[in-house]
Amino acid sequence: MAVFPFLWTLWGSFKVQGDFFSKADWANAIYGIRTLAETGGSFTVNGYSSAWIEHEFWRSAVNTLIVVFFVVIISLSIGTLGGYALARSGYRYAIWLLMLALVFRAMPHITLVSGYLLPFFQWNIWGHLPTTIIVLVAINQPFTIWMLHSFFLTIPKELDESALVDGCNRFQAFWHIIIPVMWPGVITTGLFSFLLAYNDFAVTAMLLSQENQTMVPKIASFLGSTQQEGEVMSAVAAVVSTTLPLFVLVMLFQRQIVSGLTAGAVKG
Amino acid sequence: MLSKITLTTIFLFIIAQTTYAACGITSGSIRILANDFPAIHAILSAAEKCAGGGVTFTKNTTKEHRNLQVAGLTANPAEFTSAIVANGSIVPLLNDGLIRPLDDLVAKHGKGLKKHQLITINGKIMAIAFMANAQHLFYRKDILDQVNLEIPTTYEEVLSAAKAIRAKGIMEYPFALNTKKGWNLGEEFVNMYMGYDGQLFKPGTAIASINNVKGVAALKMLKSLTEYSNPDFLTFDSNATAAMWEAGKLSLATMWGSRGGAILDDKGSTSNITSNTGLSGAPTVAGGSTPATTLWWDGLTIAKNITDKDAEATFIAMMNGISTDVVKANNDKAVWLVEGFVPGKAAAGVSASATAGAPPYPMLPYAGLLHSALGSELAEFLQGNESAQQALADVEAAYNATAKEKGFL
Amino acid sequence: MPHRTFIIFILPSLLSMFLLIAVPIFSAMTQSVFIAHKQVLQVSETCDPFGCKKETSVDAEATAELRVKEPLGIFNGFKTYTNRNHLAVAEIKTFWNVTTDWKDFFSRIMNLPFYKALVFTITYTFVVTPFVIILGFLIALGTNSLASSLKGITIFFSLLPMIVTPLIGSLILFWMIDADGIIGSTLQIIFEDNDLSLKASPTLTWIMLILYGIWHSTPFAFIVFYAGLQTVPQETLEASMLDGASLWQQKRHVVIPYLMPLIIFVTLIQLMDNFRVFEPIVGFNASANATSLSWIIYNDLRGEDALQLFGSASATSMLTIIGVGILLIPVMIKIWKEFNSKTV
Repeated sequence: MAVFPFLWTLWGSFKVQGDFFSKADWANAIYGIRTLAETGGSFTVNGYSSAWIEHEFWRSAVNTLIVVFFVVIISLSIGTLGGYALARSGYRYAIWLLMLALVFRAMPHITLVSGYLLPFFQWNIWGHLPTTIIVLVAINQPFTIWMLHSFFLTIPKELDESALVDGCNRFQAFWHIIIPVMWPGVITTGLFSFLLAYNDFAVTAMLLSQENQTMVPKIASFLGSTQQEGEVMSAVAAVVSTTLPLFVLVMLFQRQIVSGLTAGAVKG
Repeated sequence: MLSKITLTTIFLFIIAQTTYAACGITSGSIRILANDFPAIHAILSAAEKCAGGGVTFTKNTTKEHRNLQVAGLTANPAEFTSAIVANGSIVPLLNDGLIRPLDDLVAKHGKGLKKHQLITINGKIMAIAFMANAQHLFYRKDILDQVNLEIPTTYEEVLSAAKAIRAKGIMEYPFALNTKKGWNLGEEFVNMYMGYDGQLFKPGTAIASINNVKGVAALKMLKSLTEYSNPDFLTFDSNATAAMWEAGKLSLATMWGSRGGAILDDKGSTSNITSNTGLSGAPTVAGGSTPATTLWWDGLTIAKNITDKDAEATFIAMMNGISTDVVKANNDKAVWLVEGFVPGKAAAGVSASATAGAPPYPMLPYAGLLHSALGSELAEFLQGNESAQQALADVEAAYNATAKEKGFL
Repeated sequence: MPHRTFIIFILPSLLSMFLLIAVPIFSAMTQSVFIAHKQVLQVSETCDPFGCKKETSVDAEATAELRVKEPLGIFNGFKTYTNRNHLAVAEIKTFWNVTTDWKDFFSRIMNLPFYKALVFTITYTFVVTPFVIILGFLIALGTNSLASSLKGITIFFSLLPMIVTPLIGSLILFWMIDADGIIGSTLQIIFEDNDLSLKASPTLTWIMLILYGIWHSTPFAFIVFYAGLQTVPQETLEASMLDGASLWQQKRHVVIPYLMPLIIFVTLIQLMDNFRVFEPIVGFNASANATSLSWIIYNDLRGEDALQLFGSASATSMLTIIGVGILLIPVMIKIWKEFNSKTV
């Protein structure tokens, strides 16, 4: 049930538009009648070559890799520090900060991004990848610190308290004791940061210049507008190209993900 | 003595420099913001040839251009030196005073421009148009032959043709318009209202005047037409109607002329459908003489908040981009307004509508607000949930709220 | 933890949130109480490729002068919040006086754009959120008790719907549920109704959007609960088993209280995210049948040719934040109590 739409899209990406989006008969997508007529074969890689070569989708793929890598690293770094502090604080203001973070998260992204445009243009930082990376990190901070703080709360205080008693300062206690035990939380939060950066549309569509676009806005640009036809098969091929690596990654790393998630189970 | 090789190298070097100066620009920064479609790509590739030798060229073609243009041109210095606009999207730039008059640049570098390419407001040239577009009628000759009818020239004839096609059992839903809720639906109302010679606003003011006999008539005509459309019609944007046409699911449709090229080509459809597809001018309605459509142009503007040097460089580059050679090489990519364009089969509908006297989409500062209100509030009437008068009253109420917010009322 | 250490740890995070979220929220709040200056209009000759005529245009210099004097615009107080496109206070008063029965009153309110969106948003939030939490929890429990060899595959399949970006996922499904698409045709066959169209009927569109929401968000709940289940201390579970507790009692009295922080967290996030739903509405072209608060904002800021309505969008954004705040009050109270009980 979960997989069927993807399999259907995967199959259809090797056909032409007249088949996959056939209003005449949806079974055309299976048998590829128009594909046969237009390209001489039942399967075609026209969609893929059009997206990857003509439209230089590989550039977007590289941009996405850069953005995703940095967003995850920076998000997790400052998020774990923040989440740990909030979980161990013991003072009222920690809760207030958390509630404030929730209010921040409630703000619709579109309004935020529209507000950024004029200042970014004025300071000449619009369109560059680092700007988008910082924006994505910041917008996701409320979620990140909430999640990590929730995970930190499930780890008993005694663990780091014993480290402090042994003479470590806070940061050392954090680094040497908590982080290893926190692995499930870090992996899960990292996964969400990764997905957020990989799949984001609102921020990347408005804040990146054409060469710097990541994959998702690039796909949206293939989809045609009111007055102009789009290249829908490029979009379909690009969609498959975007989701397939994720599937492969999850498949390959599911053992690590699972063991990472179960690492915290062994506790003294 | 200089050897022959050195002499030749020096000679070639001098020629190369001359080639770089062929565009006539020695330095400057050209930064263009435009929409994302093939005709624009052709123009910008030609303009890009002016880069090099001290002239930098960047282009940003994106469907988000309308959302970026105001902020981008407000910054000082502006992020973009030129924004490619249409009659609708030039309005925010005019309202905020973000583009500069082009009279002196046209006098210096615009020799090849035809008079009707110059968009003037209050006596000053504010934009140079290079292509036109409009919604008009598409028809299937073979199906019309099956019901023994001529090509419809009025919407009443469209209705009787649709009725005949349905009665003969050829198609249950033979007609479609771009009636997707939102901008598309608003556009269909504006087009139909123009067919009734309606006035969108009281002249000289920003007060909407659509809740009248003509508005109700236009709505009722739209409703009758949608009765011959597939019940999903409130999700039909141009991609949907074009796809339905190419799949042979429609006999008559009102679609954008710019889709003609893609529909008539040999991809996505069967040769039977393609060879029987005809394009004709937009129909009139209620015995009027104005085609029920609006004409659109796309053109270039030059930003105000940039140096004069950049402005001149950008203008020269864009003149290269819309030159006759470029248009001849890309003749069928758009309905060009430039000297040297030869209208093909795909341009027939737009040309016919323009010749028949279709009105241009109004370049009024507040037209977009009314258009937006129309697009949001008319859906309920078409779904049969409210009366025409109620729908138009809702439109005017919604428009009044947004116009007050923007300072027009 | 001493205050100084706290500040050092949280500074980078706080700074990024302050600059990029707090400041824009404040700026939006300011924008929402102002409207633009009266535009100075002039009638002049306008020529385009299709002819010349006298048309109204904005006198940019005169209007700019007004703007320079007062850049923010005219102070409007809360009138933007109460105008027809938002809370429509005046219109509702009129309806109250004019209508005779509840049905008529409510149908007139539903005619107002904000309330139409609000009703869908609330329905969506309160249907999707509980389903997501319960389904996610059950799937996590189920996966946890599977043999290790099957765990990987199940995790993979359960994560799939979340991996695809909503805009594209809903677009793919939109193509498939079309009356001529594979799902649409199959449904027509199942229900033996040739005119069945998911896109034409508002009720069916709502159900479709809700189902999509559940499909898309359940993996999130699943993975969070699954991770949490790994950290449940075995001894407590074993102790309760020795005490003779049934499987259900174990879950109820050991696992659920232990996972409470995570359950609260997932509820919070889901309530907030579902209240801000809009990508499926765009992807499914469903705005004729269903609109949401975030969709109204999207429409204000990205109309195809309309001027961008910053004031209106800001007002709706503020109303969204207030709405989320109201929704979260019960959860917040619970967190407050938990926090207090822990620190005592």
